[in-house]
Amino acid sequence: MNATKTKTLPDGVTEDPPWIRRLLIATALLFLVLFLFVPLAAIFKEAFSNGLAEYWWALSDPDALAAIRLTLLATVIAVPLNLIFGIAASWAIANFEFRGKSVLVSLIDLPLAVSPVIAGMVFVLLFGTNGLLGAWLEAHHLKIIFATPGIVLATAFVTFPFVARELIPVMQARGSEEEEAALVLGASGWQMFWRVTLPNIRWGLLYGTILCCARAMGEFGAVSVVSGHIRGLTNTMTLHVEILYNEYNFAAAFAVASLLTLLALVTLAAKSLLARRSGRAGQDSEELA
Amino acid sequence: MSIQIDRLTKRFGSFTALNEVSLTIPTGQLAAVLGPSGSGKTTLLRIIAGLEMPDEGQLFLHGVDATPLSARDRQVGFVFQHYALFRHMTVFENVAFGLRVQPRRSRPSEEEIRGRVKELLRLVELEDYASRMPSQLSGGQRQRVALARALAVRPKVLLLDEPFGALDARVRRDLRAWLRRLHEELKITSVFVTHDQEEALEVADQVVVMNAGRVEQVGTPEEVYHKPATPFVYQFLGSVNRLRLRVRGGYAHLGTLALPLPNGLAREEGTAIALTRPHLLDVSREANGEGHFRARVRHVNAAGPLVKLDLVAEWGDPVHVELPRERYHELALAPEMVVCVRPKEPGALLLQPPDEEHNAPAEMYYI
Repeated sequence: MNATKTKTLPDGVTEDPPWIRRLLIATALLFLVLFLFVPLAAIFKEAFSNGLAEYWWALSDPDALAAIRLTLLATVIAVPLNLIFGIAASWAIANFEFRGKSVLVSLIDLPLAVSPVIAGMVFVLLFGTNGLLGAWLEAHHLKIIFATPGIVLATAFVTFPFVARELIPVMQARGSEEEEAALVLGASGWQMFWRVTLPNIRWGLLYGTILCCARAMGEFGAVSVVSGHIRGLTNTMTLHVEILYNEYNFAAAFAVASLLTLLALVTLAAKSLLARRSGRAGQDSEELA
Repeated sequence: MSIQIDRLTKRFGSFTALNEVSLTIPTGQLAAVLGPSGSGKTTLLRIIAGLEMPDEGQLFLHGVDATPLSARDRQVGFVFQHYALFRHMTVFENVAFGLRVQPRRSRPSEEEIRGRVKELLRLVELEDYASRMPSQLSGGQRQRVALARALAVRPKVLLLDEPFGALDARVRRDLRAWLRRLHEELKITSVFVTHDQEEALEVADQVVVMNAGRVEQVGTPEEVYHKPATPFVYQFLGSVNRLRLRVRGGYAHLGTLALPLPNGLAREEGTAIALTRPHLLDVSREANGEGHFRARVRHVNAAGPLVKLDLVAEWGDPVHVELPRERYHELALAPEMVVCVRPKEPGALLLQPPDEEHNAPAEMYYI
């Protein structure tokens, strides 16, 4: 209904003169070029400054490979954890009334509000040698800080709002009538989830997962605190870039950075593709409502 | 007896949605639960379906205590007000859903499922729409898909929540008649919830009138309309005039009318309110000796078999009167005329109980 209404309107909704419009567009474009395109180009230029062989060598260096492996490992563990948490939390928030619901909603946003470095510090204070659980962990020969588990924990912490925040509005908007219909028709909880709930939230879920992946791979602050920067062992890609850069090994640093950038670009493309498809799906469901 | 409800109570926080409701719906009947919003009618339906759990009381479906059963195991069909079709499935898959989710032991074969869905789509007159998505259907078509989906699992009881609430007037009237025919064909015990009295009276075998979490009256449409059990039922079914009376010396005075109050009705002197239907009042140009009250004609609606007069009583209250067309032409009424109004017969007025909130069923006094 709204769509047909806007179609009949003239191009500009406001009556501002053309020069204002052009000025606004130019300002926006200028910022985009300065802050996005120029740095992006610079990364790839620097990465290839010493030639293709050097680039390949920087990426196939054992330490670099270890960093890539660790980053992927942290992502592969953190993202499914967030998927489970995100679905559970958004389902609870959308479908049930319970005490402390608003507290839960605020808590989900906490990792976005707290500086990642502080998040890392919290884990060190908890699991570090002098931390609350440090003595117990040491007695049982468990290592969390300056080891892979710490990196996974830190990554999971900073990324956990992403899936839940995507799903909560989707689930709240659609209510639980379809689930109730499925239940009355004899579906089990499991069938209800796989056949009714999941297909309805799939775009939001994918979108949240993509954002979550991007954040998990790009995380620096929290991981930096808990990692200890042990080359080939506890260095993630972002930390590896930092070390190379500090050693004035610019070409190698930018080579690894270019890999991260590529990941970001792929994420962005996937995201906009999804937004377009889910936008269409969203329209269908709006019509239905 | 298909559905037996025994003293069900349901509270949401401090709000009591159902207050010790007891009700019996015989096998094969189509019952309407009628009431204003907030009367607990939808809650009652959801408790029968197992979508809400009662705080107290019991529910029997075909003689079996269904109170502890989950919605999954009750074998009821439920049609939602906003259809609740699975929007990512075709019409065919929507109808087949209830069959596909059955445990493997009892699940019909793919061929049987296809046959059953086809048969149901024929029943709801949507055979050609099997491969459409719900978003490509009109409201009335969606409602019929929802009905076919509910019927697919061969429910023992069919429950419909405001089934025509979201449709426009014409589609509504057609679907109403169609539902009635369908019920005669299938004979499934059915309960539908509505706030539309016309719908309830026209479609149902039995009407359950609810108000404020209680059942006010259960009866055939004729019974609840012509023999209302409480002043609420009287007011809720059909249009009503509220007339202010003066009570003095055992009589209720209305203009020059003096109506004797029933014996034993200890009513304080002062004002009281009487309820009456527009067709129970008559109008004349002259006083001709009988008791009456005066009213001014404000508006005349002469479209339809009955002419609807919109009057203002001498003390300022609005009064509605319905006259047969012949009577209207005989009187040659026009706006701004002053006419005499009187009840057609003794007992046409119902005394409203003194307190508006009737916690106990109020007695009915006709004067």
